Amino acid sequence: MFARLTAEGAANRVEGPLLFLRRTLDVGYNEAVEVEGSDGIVRLGRVATVDDDTIVIEVLDDTAGLALAGTRVRFFGEPLKFNVGYGILDRVFNGVGEVIDGGPPIAAEKSMSIDGLPMKPVAREAPKDFLETGVSAIDLMNSLVRGQKLPLFSGGGLPHDQIAMSIAANARLPSAEAQEFAIVFAGIGVPHESAEYFQREMERSGALERSVLFLNLASDSSAQRLLTPRYALTAAEYLAFHEGKHVLVILTDMTNYCEALREVSASRGEVPSRKGYPGYMYSDLATLFERAGRIKGMPGTLTQLPILTMPNDDIGHPIPDLSGYITEGQIVLDRDLHRRGIYPPVKVLPSLSRLMKDGIGEGMTHRDHPALAAQLYAAYARAQQARILASVVGEDGLTEVDRQFLEFGSHFESNIIAHAEPRPVEDSMAVGWEGLKHLPRNELHRLSDAQIEQHLGHHDQPAEE
Amino acid sequence: MSQAIIEWVSGPVVRARPEGAFVMREAVRVGEQGLLGEVIRIKESEIVIQVYEDTTGLRPGIQIEGSGQPLSVRLGPGILGGTFDGLLRPIADISVDGPWVKPGAIEHVAADFYFMPQVAEGDALTPGAIIGRVKPARGREQRILVPPGTSGVVEELVAEGEYRDDVPLCQLRNEDDKRHPVTMSHQWPVRRPRPVSARLPSDEPMLTGQRVIDCLFPVARGGKAAIPGGFGTGKTVLLETLAKWCNADVIVYVGCGERGNELAGLLEEFAELEDPRTGRLLLERTVLIANTSNMPVAAREASIYTGVTVAEYFRDQGYDVALMADSTSRWAEALREVSGRLGELPGEGGYPAYLSSRLADFYERAAKVRTLAGETGSVTLMGAVSPPSGDFSEPVTSHTRRYIRSFWALDTHRAHARFYPAIHPLHSYSTDAGRLARWWHAEGCTHWEELRTRFLTLLDEQARLERMARIIGKDAMPPRQRFILMCAELLNEGFLRQSAFSEIDRSASPARQAVMMRIIGEFIEQAERVVADGVLPEAIAQLPVFRRLMRMSEEIPEGQWEEFSELSDELDKSMVGLVTSNQQTGEA
Repeated sequence: MFARLTAEGAANRVEGPLLFLRRTLDVGYNEAVEVEGSDGIVRLGRVATVDDDTIVIEVLDDTAGLALAGTRVRFFGEPLKFNVGYGILDRVFNGVGEVIDGGPPIAAEKSMSIDGLPMKPVAREAPKDFLETGVSAIDLMNSLVRGQKLPLFSGGGLPHDQIAMSIAANARLPSAEAQEFAIVFAGIGVPHESAEYFQREMERSGALERSVLFLNLASDSSAQRLLTPRYALTAAEYLAFHEGKHVLVILTDMTNYCEALREVSASRGEVPSRKGYPGYMYSDLATLFERAGRIKGMPGTLTQLPILTMPNDDIGHPIPDLSGYITEGQIVLDRDLHRRGIYPPVKVLPSLSRLMKDGIGEGMTHRDHPALAAQLYAAYARAQQARILASVVGEDGLTEVDRQFLEFGSHFESNIIAHAEPRPVEDSMAVGWEGLKHLPRNELHRLSDAQIEQHLGHHDQPAEE
Repeated sequence: MSQAIIEWVSGPVVRARPEGAFVMREAVRVGEQGLLGEVIRIKESEIVIQVYEDTTGLRPGIQIEGSGQPLSVRLGPGILGGTFDGLLRPIADISVDGPWVKPGAIEHVAADFYFMPQVAEGDALTPGAIIGRVKPARGREQRILVPPGTSGVVEELVAEGEYRDDVPLCQLRNEDDKRHPVTMSHQWPVRRPRPVSARLPSDEPMLTGQRVIDCLFPVARGGKAAIPGGFGTGKTVLLETLAKWCNADVIVYVGCGERGNELAGLLEEFAELEDPRTGRLLLERTVLIANTSNMPVAAREASIYTGVTVAEYFRDQGYDVALMADSTSRWAEALREVSGRLGELPGEGGYPAYLSSRLADFYERAAKVRTLAGETGSVTLMGAVSPPSGDFSEPVTSHTRRYIRSFWALDTHRAHARFYPAIHPLHSYSTDAGRLARWWHAEGCTHWEELRTRFLTLLDEQARLERMARIIGKDAMPPRQRFILMCAELLNEGFLRQSAFSEIDRSASPARQAVMMRIIGEFIEQAERVVADGVLPEAIAQLPVFRRLMRMSEEIPEGQWEEFSELSDELDKSMVGLVTSNQQTGEA
């Protein structure tokens, strides 16, 4: 190891996760450090601000036990790095990239900066190619495309953990490329029991074999929480762009990440923006989410499925709001559907996949998939309108056509959205067409006559007055 | 040049101790890497610099070099068809230095162009005059201008041929006997509007091929429009659609703090699609300024000005230019972030108090003009606004509203039903519509203004009736009101909805828009008559011709005028048939 610069006895203030040093050394912004207290514990940190006489260190572990006297700070002279290598699959790490599954450390093949580098827009290849999750509400209505970032907007008490695990176990590519598929799963600020659930579940389903698991517990320091997704994405970038795999990154729960961002920002004394979150939260989240994508001339892809819980189920809260402006769509879970026992409780109207059109259709799923999804959307939106109308004037006040839409709405929720077992996309499309048979043909404005003939033709039309 | 020494670094903001004089908005180079920055505040013993690149590794003691010039970009024939960062530096090919953005100086590479002079030695030229043309390998012909502020008599003019864009093509000797070389490219400060000889009233629409815009809420050449909408309402898709199909000569697309994948998709599509008017690739008429959300924040602030400066450069050559900015909210947030780091007193929503005047600076650069060379050109600005949680009362939307002329409000409910473009007809407006009616009437769509008013009234009535239906139920409404709802449904589904991904319908020519407008107008008129005669609206909705009208936008392509007239005939016959059968049942 090369010699590192060390500052000793320079500390003059500790506040929350921040350590203030007199500037006795020439160090740069954002470089990594190690802080060793008089208690002998080594803590990781990074340089948050430097000016002429002060260096502010953001300590990534608990600062309890740190004293001004006897604290040594070692400067790495470079940003934080993560050592990655071939053996990374099937391993479990903590939030700062240390092995916690009892196995040996991984043989480092590359040392990569955890902040990554922004991809040049011209180097990106536009995401296409369908990625099947086994969930109809996603595959059929809001298809996920390789290289996309599509978050799950959930709420406390909704089964997002279960959905995440089911996707981790069942996500698949067209069979020929199956072995090139890998999952990076990061639990960010998750409670102990959830962390155990994730680990157990992934071992049970066999998903762990093709996965890398990062676990940052709710009890870990919040500064560490800011690094967990960065370590996870660095591992994913290694797998995607060095080993050429198709990587799906599941980050849960991004709300904990944003809370940590607010906490650290407040302790730095920054001017808060909406609801106390720092003004740069959009840019900060973008540095994570924008790491999804594909690069021209490289075989791998990096797809992200971040999960966040909307505080108080409010989609206008800064966390889901800013995320929604960065990600390529969102899948929204709904408490009402959950209460009615519909699993997965996906509320399809506010859900959206912006890149869907590039991943479905001829040669990918089915030629008529786009029209089917558009027609289902239009019909379900109309069903919701009929439902609002019926809740005021009663079903009797509806026209015959509106009543048919009302019926379609319930059928859609309980037969198309809800399903217990993972469903291949072909089956999802079949139940979709089946559902449209409940509606008069005249109302199917998003389908051409030929499509109606082919998919709905050989059945009798429902009775019309 | 003046120098300074860094004292303090926080994100993109750097404070330094100056040695020598700096001026406000002066461009500077920071450190060995030569990171580009701009002076944004000056005190006696301190200057504050906003750095446009990643500041990792910067530390006190590092040297800053002043340039003596305001932040400028290099304008020349090489920019059309290219992709640039927020400071108009080419984003180099990935084969050169890999797929990642790295901080540090990007040197401009000079290129060769074939120059054809249009002036002769001894001619006296005024600022902005055209000295010749170049024909780049890609893209349209361009004109070489005398930079504004320079004039004189032509000397040492080169012959027609290939020249590098940074060698002098001629010298201009001015009255003080000084000689100014004129090259193909010249520098221009991004924050200073380029001069024009006069601003002209705009009386011609910028056609977008989108019915809801062209027919209901048009934008004039030299106009300015805002597209506010919460996430998922289709701002980006709409802006991209406009960039593809609007009838401008040059498109400047500024991706400001938005998604990388979208820009990649845009680049791919533009490299494949053809401009229907010229038959050339769309990419060849486009300048893409890409500053995605993960690229340095401060450059986002500059990218808007860079974009509009490029647009003005092409306008000065006599072209009609359209600039799309996606999204101005990200630009405002960059202002807010820098302002916060400077410790300025925050205004509404945490934005600096000068937000409004900065927005005005930007939008006021839209205009139809007579250029210094006497030609007509225009810059039309279209900015997306991303209001937090879709709330239009927030500062960026409400200030933007004060400066624009067309307001295309995107609606969450329409977007949820996958009704695109999700422009809400009751919340949107266009102050240019009255002036542009004359253009449509001259084009042969003589009832344009009348139909437009009819459609808007119908949609307004629909909203009112739907509120009523929630109380009394649709069944209880009289036939005339049910007829209004039916017409409004046809207008929405058959006319205003337009899929950006449908090959037939992604762009509609004015002629096709006019014929569709007319047919729907006919339908409303005839249906109104038969309903008055006692035919139930439901009977009309059951007619096969009604479904054909609903789907005409997706089924009758451009140029199939016979199909439209057949549809019109079928409409007449069906209506007559309805009345007859109604009378028969009445008699029986």
